[in-house]
Formats: sequence, C-alpha cells, structure tokens
Amino acid sequence: MGRATREAYGEALLELGKTNRDVVAIDADLAKSTFSWTFGKEFPERFFNIGIQEANMVGVASGLASSGKIPFISSFAAFVLCKGFDQLRMGAAYPQLNVKVAGSHGGISIGEDGVSQQSVEDVALACALPGFVVCIPADEYAMRGAVHAAAAHHGPVYLRLGRPKAPIVHESTVRFEFGKAIQLRDGDALTIAANGLLVAEALLAAEELSGRGIEARVLDVHTVKPIDRAAIERASRETGAFVVAEEHMHHGGLGSAVAQALSMGTPAPVEYVDLGDRYAESGKPGDLMKKYGMTAEQIVGAAERVLRRK
Amino acid sequence: MAAAPATVSHTDLEQVARTLRRHIVRMIAAANSGHPGGSLSAVEIVTALYFGGVLRHDPTRPDWPDRDRFILSKGHGVPALYAALAERGYFPTDELMTLRQVDSRMQGHPVQGVTPGIEASTGSLGQGLSIGIGHALAARLDRRAFHTWVLMGDGECQEGQVWEAAMTAGNYELSSLTAIVDSNRFQLDGTVEEINSLAPLGEKFAAFKWHVVECDGHDLSALLDAFADARVPRDRPTCIIAHTVKGKGVTFMENNNEFHGKAPTREQLAVALAQLA
Repeated sequence: MGRATREAYGEALLELGKTNRDVVAIDADLAKSTFSWTFGKEFPERFFNIGIQEANMVGVASGLASSGKIPFISSFAAFVLCKGFDQLRMGAAYPQLNVKVAGSHGGISIGEDGVSQQSVEDVALACALPGFVVCIPADEYAMRGAVHAAAAHHGPVYLRLGRPKAPIVHESTVRFEFGKAIQLRDGDALTIAANGLLVAEALLAAEELSGRGIEARVLDVHTVKPIDRAAIERASRETGAFVVAEEHMHHGGLGSAVAQALSMGTPAPVEYVDLGDRYAESGKPGDLMKKYGMTAEQIVGAAERVLRRK
Repeated sequence: MAAAPATVSHTDLEQVARTLRRHIVRMIAAANSGHPGGSLSAVEIVTALYFGGVLRHDPTRPDWPDRDRFILSKGHGVPALYAALAERGYFPTDELMTLRQVDSRMQGHPVQGVTPGIEASTGSLGQGLSIGIGHALAARLDRRAFHTWVLMGDGECQEGQVWEAAMTAGNYELSSLTAIVDSNRFQLDGTVEEINSLAPLGEKFAAFKWHVVECDGHDLSALLDAFADARVPRDRPTCIIAHTVKGKGVTFMENNNEFHGKAPTREQLAVALAQLA
C-alpha cells in the first residue's frame, strides 16, 4: 500500500516550492488534512491559512495569480468546489488564471465523516468550468507528476486528492502528462478505463478476468478534461467494449467524458461502475466502497455485461 | 517612467466628471441596455482616482507590474470605468459606443484580459475585495509598492464574501489595500435600508480592524483627501465610505431607482445631455 494522494500532494508542493519562488499555497483551515501544511511549515511567508472561508480563498488566489503568483489552494473537494464555485467561475475559469485547486477527500472512501464531507460531484463541477484541466491521480507517483504538471501548465487546474492510503499502480518514474491516459495492462477483449482508487480495483478485476481467459486493457484515465480521445479511440477499435470505473456520481465524471469521446469516434458499448445518482453514508471506507458498488467485483460484473453487448 | 499621474485643477476635474457622465448616458442609450444609476454615482470617485493624480498607472503599459490596481467590484457600474479608461487613453473613446455589442471589448460587465485596464472579471457581486487581497499579498511578497483599490457598492456589502475578505484584510494588516464603498443607498429592488440594512457600515468595518473614513462621494476635494489618507502607512486597510446619489447629474435619474438597470430613451438622452452640457 502506498501513501494517500493527499500526503503525496503536500510533499510534491514542498518540492515545487524549493525551486519555484512564485508558488504560494492557501488553505481554509484544513491544512493538516490536505497536507498543504507540509509546504506551509517550510515556507510560512508563502503560505496563507485563511480560515474557514472557501469563497474568499478562491478570490484571493485570483488576485495572487493576476499579480504573477502560482497559487495552489486546498480544502476538502466538497467545500472548495461547492462554496467556491462562483469565485472559480469568475476568478479562475473566465479569465483563465493560473489558479491550481486541490480538492482533498474526494469520493466516499473518506469513510466515517459521512455525506457532508464526501465529494461525489466535484469532477462534474470542475469539468463545468471552461478551460480547467481536471485530474484525478491514482497513486502517490501520479500525484507527484500531477502537481509538477499543474505548475508547468499555464491556466486553471483541478486536482482531486484522496484521504485513504492508495495502492501503488504506477512506477515511481511514471511519465505523467495531462490528457494522456496511461496504459497499465494490455488486452483485446475490453477496456477498463478508470481513475483514482478505482485504477487499483480495475487491475484486480483484470487479473480475475484473465483467469477466465478474458484479457482486459486497463487505462488510467487520470485526466477527465481534456480527455484522451486518441487513447479511447484506439481502445475502442482494438477492444470494442468499455467499463468505466470511478469514485464519483454517475453524471458528469469520467463515464460521461468517455461516452462523449466514443460517440464522436468509434462507438462501443459501455458499462459503468460508479456511485450512481445518489449520496452514500458514514461507514468504514472498505464497507462503503463495497455497499455502493465500486470494487473489483463490480468491475468484473460490468465486464461480463458489456461483453454480452459486444 | 511614463507613469507620472496627470494632475489637473478642480475645475478641470469637474469638467472631466461631466465628460464621463456624457459618455455614460450616451453609451448606455446606444446599447439600449446597462446600469446608469450606479455608473453615475461612481463618477467622482473614478474621476479623482484616474485624473486627480491618485492612481499610479501607465495607460501604455496596462500590465506594468508596479501599477496600482483598481478593481471595480460593483461590475455593473463599468460604463463609468470604461469612460475613464478611454479618456486616459487605454483605448479610443469611439469604442465606448460599442458597449454590449457582439465583438466589442466593452462587455456588459468588466472582463479581465479583454479590455485594457480592467483588472478583474466582476459582475457577480462580492468578489472584488478578495481579489484585492490577493494583489496586496503579492505586493507584500514581492516587496512592490503598489496600492490596491477596490470599489464596491453598498448593496454589494450584503454579500457574505465581503465580510470574509474584510476579516482577512484586517487581520493581515493590509495597509496597501483600500476599499471604497459607493454608498448610493439603493439596490435593485429598493433601498438598502429597507431590504437588508448595513447600518452602521463604518462601525462594521472598524470592528473588522479597518481604518474608516466617510466623505461626500461627489466632493472631489473630500475624495482626494480621503485617498491621500488611505495611502498613509498604518497597521490596517482603509475603507472609504463615499456617500453618493444614485443617478447623480441627471435630474430625472437622481434617486430614481427606475434607472438602476434601464437605458434612457432617445428623448431622455437629449435631456440628460443638455443637463450635462
């Protein structure tokens, strides 16, 4: 088991801060949970804990970016996107400013705190901001790559961070580029496109399917926007069926993006593994993922269904 | 450095204010759309800043890193700012008459990156003060001496984000940040007093650790004094509550909230221009 992507975020930000003096960080009183404190304790003059004010935090980032800084702002995904949405719209998306948003505690795998803290709509909301890059790294190595890619990219970026420890799915030297899906396993029977914690589940599912003689291609589609249309088109031509797996509600996330890409290229049947159109509840992370249907087992079931439609 | 501010006499400033008002009513009439009331109330504030030697800026270099920032948080008042920017040479005055038309840089509300001299995209009320804090923090980090000015409406101060920002700016002791409230006493649906009173507004800002000054927002001398006072280094940001008249300068628009968001007719425009001659 690797580290949580939120922990990797803090370390990557610290690393970035050592070489780029324009990088500043703001948090809204969750710095020890989002791990922005890893940066903050090293660079107190470039770190602003603005208190419990997500809307103001986004506006302040807008001003900092307008005056040449590269602000990384962090909070729980549910708070920064829901409470800061208008500010992200007017102050980051519309003027295409260099604002980097880190939404921690994405998905329901945060567990016991329950629905108020579980972000299941953040990817849809971020995708609804024109010009935003929207990225959900699967493990600590992908997160490190994503933070550096965010700093190198001129424009607004949304990164989703996870609370629990994330299984390692990538090499430590993974080449990470926004908008470029990473193939983790090849196969020709179907493609499993996943991101975040569901990438590890996809690999387990592919192993299980392989035991039954079904070879699945597994793509880590970490960037939902811009979606990697080329990789999806290639997978569609070469495998002809898809399962999309993500820790998000059914609408507006990776599933929607993959379906849109397929409809514009070579269509193929798709089955979806996601939360559906609902909220979850309190519970242990593993119990929740199982109850709400986002496990390798569900992916295997979806694969069987989609193969019957092929 | 071409950034030396233009300083003109008070008589000239009054003439500038009249010119800006003429632009405002003409451009809104041409667009047959816009917000005359809250544009006209802000004219002396904008005139003093841009023509009274207050703002350090250079119209030939809108992205000069050391320029003062002026953020129009009450974005619906942008005709007043467009008129001032055009008169200061940021773009040709002819362009004013394209307000709110397709392909125009004179968008209905301010758009950063589109119109030279516009520092923030606003129009969704309550956001400018937060953005101003960002600029002021950047100035502090980079040890730059520029000042950041944010113009808000009084009705706008009903937005919760204004008070998030007020709390933060006070606690961060942002001496280089000044909020100006164009207090014309009206909002779209009626008076601020009857809808959701802000009183006592000055005491609220003072309680949030701001230096507070109140003045007549149409008295150019009083405004220039207040702006000079705002530049005095102290351990807190300054809030200038400028008491104004909505629709100021056109008799039938003054304190007539019908002209919050309605353009004058051709006949009304003729009367207005005669009054502003």
